[in-house]
Amino acid sequence: MSASSVFDICLAVLLLGIGAWTIIVDNAFAAVIGFVVYGLSLAIAWVRLSAVDVALTEAAIGGGMTGMLMLGAVARLRLARVDGAGTRWSVRLVAAPLCALIAASLATPLLFPPPVIPSLAPTVTQNLVPTGLGNPVAGVLFVFRSLDTLLEKVVLLLALLGIWSLAPDGAWGGQPGLRVYAQPNSTLTFLAQLLPPIGIVVAIYMCWVGAKDPGGAFQGGTVLAAMWLLVIIAGLENVPSIGQPWLRALLVFGPLLFLVIGLAGLVLANAFLAYPPGYAKPMIVAVEVALTLSIGVVLGLLAAGPPELARRQ
Amino acid sequence: MTLAFDIFTAFAVAAGALFFLAGTIGLLRFPDPLTRLHALTKVDNLGLGFIVVGLLPRADGVLGALKLVSIWLIVQLSGAIVTQLLAITVRQHGPRG
Repeated sequence: MSASSVFDICLAVLLLGIGAWTIIVDNAFAAVIGFVVYGLSLAIAWVRLSAVDVALTEAAIGGGMTGMLMLGAVARLRLARVDGAGTRWSVRLVAAPLCALIAASLATPLLFPPPVIPSLAPTVTQNLVPTGLGNPVAGVLFVFRSLDTLLEKVVLLLALLGIWSLAPDGAWGGQPGLRVYAQPNSTLTFLAQLLPPIGIVVAIYMCWVGAKDPGGAFQGGTVLAAMWLLVIIAGLENVPSIGQPWLRALLVFGPLLFLVIGLAGLVLANAFLAYPPGYAKPMIVAVEVALTLSIGVVLGLLAAGPPELARRQ
Repeated sequence: MTLAFDIFTAFAVAAGALFFLAGTIGLLRFPDPLTRLHALTKVDNLGLGFIVVGLLPRADGVLGALKLVSIWLIVQLSGAIVTQLLAITVRQHGPRG
């Protein structure tokens, strides 16, 4: 057995172990930490499968962003004095077979694959050249399945609207009540002053490199959101009121530009979301830049939660 | 020359792995949060440092080497600051936060 397969087996066992621990552990906070560690380990597994794009997304969204949202939920549960760990055994007894059913149905095609595994990969590779993109994942996301990508960004906005609609009437249009637990201190301020310039460069790099290498709007946007949240948590900036026109413009900028370019395709290339020949790459990069900004703002506001403080005059 | 670089890489990465192992044992076995943080920062600093130094001869040109070193620097920065924040919390509120 080669060293790499020993590593892969250890990684798989570790993943199963962390997954089981995350379910079994009694304390909600510990379960969230387990979930974040699980996401990061899963990212390593995706790298081993040569799916670096998926690995980046898993680390950024699956581990980081979702973990942060769930930590926020745990903090709110603590404040509301709701005991999150008291799931009844009857519920667990129903949930366990259902989860096992999903696992079994996912495992079946892997354990008993069809003789010829259907794949669109050769078609994608053939048709990628005229688009000018080098990364097949970006090709699928922005050329071959661009409608899915557009709707995915709209779903993000709907999720944000869902969170905002939890606001009490008086607080509508006001500031999200992001709870800042860290005491204001010089160490955190130092980090929040030093890291964002580096993070912004990394985000721009990820967005730009996404056209030919692993990376893209979602990964870059997550890094932007993380930097924004760091500055807010350190107390250097306030969370903006959700009624601010510039904020709402930034939120819809990415999806709107995507939609406009898609509609322009009706005139210029005879199909919705089609690109005129020769202009595919510049248009896709423009959409990615706009989406990176919008995703950064959406993710930051998702983490900030529903508005709680009345609008300041 | 290549052989010398390979031996150097093997030694440095092995030294880094040793620090990771020692740091993990420390994290599991040390009695209180402050000493555990101490173990963690040694892993960040020396373990990753040795691995990065060991991988430098194999890096993809000067740009690749710079990327490796900057990853180490960023991990240093975040590690040191997060450790400070945790230690401040421990000192103010006790080990249970």
